Amino acid sequence: MSSLLHAFTILAVSAGVVFFIAGTVGLVRFPDVPTRLHALTKADNVGLGLVVLGLLPYTGGLLGASKLVSVWLLTLLSGAIVTQLIARAVR
Amino acid sequence: MALVFDIGIVSLLIAIGAWMIMARDTLVAVIIFVVYGLLMSIAWVRLSAVDVALTEAAIGSGITGMLLLSAAARLRQTEGAGARPSFPVCIAAGSLCALISAGLAGVVLLPADVAPTLAPLAVANLSDTGLENPVAGVLFAYRALDTLLEKVVLLLALLGVWSLGSDRAWGGAPALGAYVPPNDILVFFAQVLPPIGIVFAAYMTWTGASHPGGAFQGGTVLAVMWLLVMMAGVARAPPISSTKVRWLLVAGPALFLAVGFLGFVIAAGFLAYPVDYAKALIVLIEVALALSIGVTLALLAAGPPERTPQP
Repeated sequence: MSSLLHAFTILAVSAGVVFFIAGTVGLVRFPDVPTRLHALTKADNVGLGLVVLGLLPYTGGLLGASKLVSVWLLTLLSGAIVTQLIARAVR
Repeated sequence: MALVFDIGIVSLLIAIGAWMIMARDTLVAVIIFVVYGLLMSIAWVRLSAVDVALTEAAIGSGITGMLLLSAAARLRQTEGAGARPSFPVCIAAGSLCALISAGLAGVVLLPADVAPTLAPLAVANLSDTGLENPVAGVLFAYRALDTLLEKVVLLLALLGVWSLGSDRAWGGAPALGAYVPPNDILVFFAQVLPPIGIVFAAYMTWTGASHPGGAFQGGTVLAVMWLLVMMAGVARAPPISSTKVRWLLVAGPALFLAVGFLGFVIAAGFLAYPVDYAKALIVLIEVALALSIGVTLALLAAGPPERTPQP
């Protein structure tokens, strides 16, 4: 059972890291602000979500798990809103 | 593996520090400073100093970053037009900076002898305070005078900012969030986030007695929530002549000072606590301080009064 959990964690965190790398490449390579923001939000939303998902088995209980999930939810909220503000500022 | 991570963090810190110094634009330099502060807080976590990491993230990069950003925005108009300093001035400034850096490096790298640590003594006597977080013990029991004076310095800084306002605006309110349309996304954010933030600030202040956290970090979160509400125009910034605001500003330091003098009567002396009530008194002080710190930091970032006071 525990090796299965390890495999799940490795898979999920690696998938998350792929999104972070893709987001970073997009940030560096894309030509203008809206497309760069689009690349960044993928790293924040899906990448962080997958990393959090992968770490859930090690939080040692519902309290720790809910803390991690709320970190992700707050990042989603602030990410979405800050992205809008930046996009509006450059328009 | 941990070593690779540490070396990575340290080299990033040095690189970002160099980049910050070399950045030409003030606004860019400030943004790099914020990034530097966040990385610095990761370094503090690696050194197991979670309290310091929280403070660095909240104050070092958060509130200080915000203050520097508004300063940079104010300096925008004066920049660029002025002539660049002459060559001898550049050389003099550069060599002075190099001298200070060399002196600091010498102090850090060649200590005459390692200072004796008081950590075991501090932890051994911690049970007398009723606290479990040794950092809170140092802040509120062993070095309470330092903490008290820190809060007074914050008030003095706020007086300094207020005195930058013009005579006409004295007693008025800072001009913050005056032009935000009512359906703006910022308004939505300022309505959704503060309830979560206020609960979090209370948790941080309360948990400071036994875990990393405390009045300063909790107060900073409060300050940021209030700033968000003011910036979005959901609630106007209060005029600086408001009696309520002024009471909130001094409540924490005043209570701290009162408990300090009470120490002459109920304990061994100034800022001493009776063993039985030590924790209760310290938590009481922390709650009052968190409120005052929140109001002080928010008003510091809100800036000097700019609107003429309504009679």
